[in-house]
Amino acid sequence: MSTALRPNTAIEVGEIIAWAAAEDTPLSIVGRGTKTGLGNVAHTEHTLDLAHLSGITLYEPEELILQAKAGTPIAEIEAVLTEKNQMLAFEPPDLGPLLGTAPNAGSIGGVLACNLSGPRRFKAGAARDHFLGASAYSGRSELFKAGGRVVKNVTGYDLCKILAGSYGTLAVMTDVTVKVLPAPDKVRTVLISGLDDDGGLHAMTQGLLSALEISGAAHIPATLTPRSGVDYVSQSGVALTALRIEGPAGSVEDRCTALRKLLSAYGETEELHSRNSTVFWKEVGNVYSFAHESRAVWRISVAPQAGARAGALIRTVPNAECYYDWGGGLLWAAVPPEGDVGASAIRNAVAQVGGGHATLIRAPEDLRGETTVYQPQESGIAALNARLKSAFDPKGILNPGRFAVSA
Amino acid sequence: MSGLRMPDPDADVMARRAEIAAALRTILPTDSIITAAESLRVYESDGLTAYKQLPMIVALPETTEQVAQILKYCTAQGIKVVPRGAGTGLSGGALPLADAITLGLAKFNRILDVDIENRAVTAQPGVTNLAITNAVEHAGFYYAPDPSSQIACTIGGNVAENSGGVHCLKYGVTTNNLLGLELVTMDGEVLRIGGKHLDSDGYDLLGLITGSEGLLGIITEVTVRILKKPASARAVLLGFDSNESAGECVGRIIANGIIPGGMEMMDKPAIHAAEDFAKAGYPLDVDALLIVELDGPQVEVDELLKRVISVAKDTGAVYDRTSKTEAERLKFWAGRKSAFPAIGRLSPDYYCMDGTIPRKALPRVLKRMRELSAQYGLGVANVFHAGDGNLHPLIMYDANKLGELEKAEDFGSDILKLCVEVGGVLTGEHGVGVEKRDLMPIMFSEDDLKQQQRVKCAFDPNSLLNPGKVFPQLHRCAELGRLHIHRGEVRFPNLPRF
Repeated sequence: MSTALRPNTAIEVGEIIAWAAAEDTPLSIVGRGTKTGLGNVAHTEHTLDLAHLSGITLYEPEELILQAKAGTPIAEIEAVLTEKNQMLAFEPPDLGPLLGTAPNAGSIGGVLACNLSGPRRFKAGAARDHFLGASAYSGRSELFKAGGRVVKNVTGYDLCKILAGSYGTLAVMTDVTVKVLPAPDKVRTVLISGLDDDGGLHAMTQGLLSALEISGAAHIPATLTPRSGVDYVSQSGVALTALRIEGPAGSVEDRCTALRKLLSAYGETEELHSRNSTVFWKEVGNVYSFAHESRAVWRISVAPQAGARAGALIRTVPNAECYYDWGGGLLWAAVPPEGDVGASAIRNAVAQVGGGHATLIRAPEDLRGETTVYQPQESGIAALNARLKSAFDPKGILNPGRFAVSA
Repeated sequence: MSGLRMPDPDADVMARRAEIAAALRTILPTDSIITAAESLRVYESDGLTAYKQLPMIVALPETTEQVAQILKYCTAQGIKVVPRGAGTGLSGGALPLADAITLGLAKFNRILDVDIENRAVTAQPGVTNLAITNAVEHAGFYYAPDPSSQIACTIGGNVAENSGGVHCLKYGVTTNNLLGLELVTMDGEVLRIGGKHLDSDGYDLLGLITGSEGLLGIITEVTVRILKKPASARAVLLGFDSNESAGECVGRIIANGIIPGGMEMMDKPAIHAAEDFAKAGYPLDVDALLIVELDGPQVEVDELLKRVISVAKDTGAVYDRTSKTEAERLKFWAGRKSAFPAIGRLSPDYYCMDGTIPRKALPRVLKRMRELSAQYGLGVANVFHAGDGNLHPLIMYDANKLGELEKAEDFGSDILKLCVEVGGVLTGEHGVGVEKRDLMPIMFSEDDLKQQQRVKCAFDPNSLLNPGKVFPQLHRCAELGRLHIHRGEVRFPNLPRF
């Protein structure tokens, strides 16, 4: 049974880490606990829970920056941004429902620590691209600053980048600064019906090679469209290829018309308007298709043109299904929760199509304990990562075993 | 060299110069090793010409294997290495050391792969920034980060410095446009990081290495993402009676939900110098000038231009002129892009600074800069990446006058201290190098700097790669790794536990 320590201040975070380092006591680091099921299985006696470190400390819309304590709910931040017509452009996904925890409950610290980004990633950048600054305690219990609070900064090493996606294995962030951007006036989605995976990839590529500034490109096969909460999608009965267009109203209308003309050779096209578009792209980013079922779920990043080939190889696993985001560069795959959870087939697929990485995002704990959750690394990279871990957390007390590199 | 102290050269290594050159000749062809003083002179400084030092030897490898062999040899022999791209950097990151080999990457000059469908280009590090755009222009694509030196600076140098440019508020700096790297570490190990896919597995080494100023490894291959050229672009010149109104206008444009492709500001001295030099058609009776460029679909550009001009008029713009043709748009930019040489005509020497500030602090910073200008008796002109708060004050001085270089440097230091004081940073895009090295403690605590140096130790435990840059004090890695534990002191009885 784990004891949760819930500091109320950044200084208390430092005290807890100092104690843990002195006592050689490993800590699990938790923001709001929505992603504790993600990663290698690692149990510790004590959990450092940042939920009480919550609140927006500075928001300057004209400077495009927002500062918040690490445990601040994303939902609270997005509500404040919406009032000023701004957004987190990397579209933080809400994996709560997929991972069996509460919806809309994740923290800004958690999203940054896992470097999770939504459908706009290929155009607007990942969480790490919007992560400007942080205060954090290393495993040495020393407070250090990463980055700054301005949008352009090259002073010293960019430690924000390495904190992003480190799953709390290097340092415990107490305060973070992110870049925010204006939200688009209007959102539309052009849908093409009935393409197979290859056709869908081809159509998305045509859109992405145009000057029409596509900000989302996904392909959902016919078996998964019925799961959507958007009527038009769920009742289509066919595969749908979706391309999103955002911006000022006049521009969106013009570009939608141009896109439909460009893609007319691929079949009938339709448009989703703002509200349905918003719901649809949240479903794509939040992996809604696989949220309400029991299969294991993988997230696979490959070169966009390799997407459909990777998908075909993954579907050789019995009862496996997948859909595509990022114009084919991101695959979400569901496989039966048994054996190696599709690990060898999926890792072979990634290698065969030219490389990338695959992460087991959801699986029962016993299966996660038996397989490699993260992409295995080349020995040179693995050794470097281990040295970096040690540079921040020499005693290995922060989230030991949780991430690829901290075994 | 004014006041800058570099690590003491190792006399033993310098005494072995001939032996080291001979050893390098077993790895490289003879003409790829430079030892003659007159040929070494070419490498004595980078774009920060105030500092000069002849390197011990220059080596010009052309394969990854050669780089690996050189680094293995240098590690085994305890010889320092200073990497160098085109030498256009403005912070002295490629300043040679008397006891080090300068490793020039100029022969790595080939584009290896153009993959339009995956929107990616792979190039060797010595390829120029502009050559990448030239390689994909036929398909209507370009590489977005566009530092002013783009015809000469190399992509490897861009990665090392995390270079920006005038379009980076909308399109990002180097780190946001990078997909993959091949890196050789100081012990000669070749690491491949990333590829044509997005995001990293494991720690984000790509992000960490970008902007590390040649202290972590030698980059031997770079994969960047390319973007489709916007369908159209137009620029508007906006003149104001005061810097304050111009700054206010920038904030309001952004608050209106508009992120222009470029948004540059010039103060009166910069306007006059640029107009005199480039005849860009700038108004001379305004105190501040904005160039705002909108790019994207035609209808969007037209709509946003109207909104920008309306915001500008509400903020007191006294002048506006929109480009009617592509030639006119380019002319607007020609003035701004020639601001540096234009200042160079007014003053025998100038010193270009690079702090970033929260934009709202602009009036305060400019006012203080005028006071400092009077105090030091040196003129200053300002060009400013207004959208992202990145200032480029150009301090005018005459190096031939005794003490003026030192005065200019002190003035520059005061400006950078001011940037940090108002919540900004020491450098927005030029890097720390040697130039801002000794100012790092203004922005970072001892613990901050030690943590960064521990990262350095994970890559280069003997501090052989580009030592004396970025960090004001060199610590031994063993010393940095020590952990002081205070057992039993902390109990935090008041914490809620559940």
